[in-house]
Amino acid sequence: MDEEGDLTPLHPNHVKALRLEATIAAAPFAVGSFVLETAGVLPRGVVIVPILLLLAWFVIRMPLRRYHARGYQMAADRLRVVKGMLFRSDTTVPLGRVQHIDVTRGPLERYFGLATLVLHTAGTHNASIQLSGLGEADALALRETIRETIARAAA
Amino acid sequence: MSDEPKRTDPRGFVVQGLSALLRGGLPALAALIGTGTIGLGLLVLAPVVVLLLAFSFGFAWLKWTRFTYTTGPDNIRVEHGLLSRHARAVPYERIQDVSLEEKLLPRLFGLAEVRFETGAGGKDEIALAYLSLGEAERLRELVRERKAGRAPLQRAMPDAAPAEPPSPVLFAMDNRRVLTFGLFEFSLVIFAVLLGAAQQLDFLFPFNWWEWKGWKSFAGDHRDDLDFITGAGRLAAVLAVLFGVIGVALLGVLTGVVRTFAREYRFTLERTAKGFRRRRGLFTRTDVVMPVHRVQAAWIGTGFVRRRFGWHELRFVSLASDKKDASHSVAPFACMDEIAPVVREAGFHLPDDSTEWQRPCSAHWFDCALLHALPLGAGAVATALFGIWPASIALGLLAAIFIVREHYLWRHDRHAIDEEQLFVRRGWLSPRLELADRIKVQSVELAQGPLARRRGYATLHFGIAGGSLAIMGLPLERAREIAREVLDSSAAVDFSALPR
Repeated sequence: MDEEGDLTPLHPNHVKALRLEATIAAAPFAVGSFVLETAGVLPRGVVIVPILLLLAWFVIRMPLRRYHARGYQMAADRLRVVKGMLFRSDTTVPLGRVQHIDVTRGPLERYFGLATLVLHTAGTHNASIQLSGLGEADALALRETIRETIARAAA
Repeated sequence: MSDEPKRTDPRGFVVQGLSALLRGGLPALAALIGTGTIGLGLLVLAPVVVLLLAFSFGFAWLKWTRFTYTTGPDNIRVEHGLLSRHARAVPYERIQDVSLEEKLLPRLFGLAEVRFETGAGGKDEIALAYLSLGEAERLRELVRERKAGRAPLQRAMPDAAPAEPPSPVLFAMDNRRVLTFGLFEFSLVIFAVLLGAAQQLDFLFPFNWWEWKGWKSFAGDHRDDLDFITGAGRLAAVLAVLFGVIGVALLGVLTGVVRTFAREYRFTLERTAKGFRRRRGLFTRTDVVMPVHRVQAAWIGTGFVRRRFGWHELRFVSLASDKKDASHSVAPFACMDEIAPVVREAGFHLPDDSTEWQRPCSAHWFDCALLHALPLGAGAVATALFGIWPASIALGLLAAIFIVREHYLWRHDRHAIDEEQLFVRRGWLSPRLELADRIKVQSVELAQGPLARRRGYATLHFGIAGGSLAIMGLPLERAREIAREVLDSSAAVDFSALPR
């Protein structure tokens, strides 16, 4: 993408949150391969080594790439949200089309001091646009800015 | 007066009871007669049925007494519930359109179901079943007046229809047109209904309906009746099959005509002071009013056969919707000359000579064809290697069809953008044209899959209230440009400043 430079990156803690998520998702597979290894049905290391390597890539490298693929761009009258490594999606909402705004924080996000900003529009496609991985203060500030912009435009 | 809680029409309660009776009672009766246990069944079942009826009628009556609606100064309130009470208030400004539906039975009693569409969709909408026609008209008039911010009319007699200047008819279908329309609506739904009925009533058959053996022994038992087919040689068998096919086809056409007649009978679309008013239906008469500025986008479709005769359908996309479809059909069967004025009336314009049509990126269609045809082709080769020729030929043909299709789409898909609108024309056998207002676009998404990124094209998705619009396979630069242009015009107008 050639407009990548304009994007504001997400909060650095977002990588940590993604990594923790990936770890949780990977744990059952690690346990499974460990069990297979101790059972000794297959030659030593045949299962556990490739699986652990794969999981290591999944937990360490992929969150970083996902983080770098994401970003947002706040202009005076619109918000642009970019995400996706393989399937890129570049969504722009004119602030004048925002119906309401949510700031949500899941338990993981709260632990890392992050928040997700959700913009709802009247459209059927992309009825809600999520921007996750923002720092908590940034999310609240963004919400205030958008709210003020809407209030000004509607007045 | 209007500001006190009101109940729905008491006759509605009778209608609901009657229709429940018809729904539940008739099949039961049919089953009793069919199994030949009518005498015994009536003796045993009658008290039970009476008890059940009394119970359900009593329950319905309780519900009816606890259901009230109130038309307040700026909202309409509905309260219902036997044990847990629910109250819902909808401000007049949020009501997208008010539709009246007269099903056959309520219609005999002069009643209608009134629905207030807010865009919440389906179950969440307020529906008042059933009101007298006069009351329904009064409510609709009230919503219209309050919405316009005017003081309510001086109270007319509730049953006097409000005087309205005659409104121009934009589009109407006479019986002949509906008949022609029906001929194109070939439908085999009757067989689905028959199958469903067979499943419901299979205990009435002398053998298990779903087992081939049963049919075989049935044919064996009736050998004398069937002998003439096998006896008369191959020609007769061929003829029998031929007549069978023709019979099915005729039945399909007939079903289409009957269904279309029931749905579209006396279709009229008028332009009233407040919007488009559509009335149609033979048994169930519906009457929908939709404000002009609520129309978000227009959709002109056609069919594979009817297209050869120049017939098209016009639909309007809005937040409110017809029962099943996501959009309102405002001219289900019309030629373009008839559609054009309706489109104009909604504030849209059809593409003309000045429209600059653009073609999508050829790489997109090439990749699509490849993605579809490659697995099929591989399958064809694999089956050929194993010597399964019929499967191989079928798969190969399918792959060829996909290639032809994508090629056709590449040749015919077009999109355009002008100062006010987006145009998208797409489709193979039944191409459609979509028009969307640029300032009514809610969001723009530029999406690229892994292949698309490598090959430099993208798909644009537009968020539209009540519908969606996508332009596929745009060259990346062009996609960015369109997105920018649309966003610029959309962002310039705040949602609250949109015409409403």
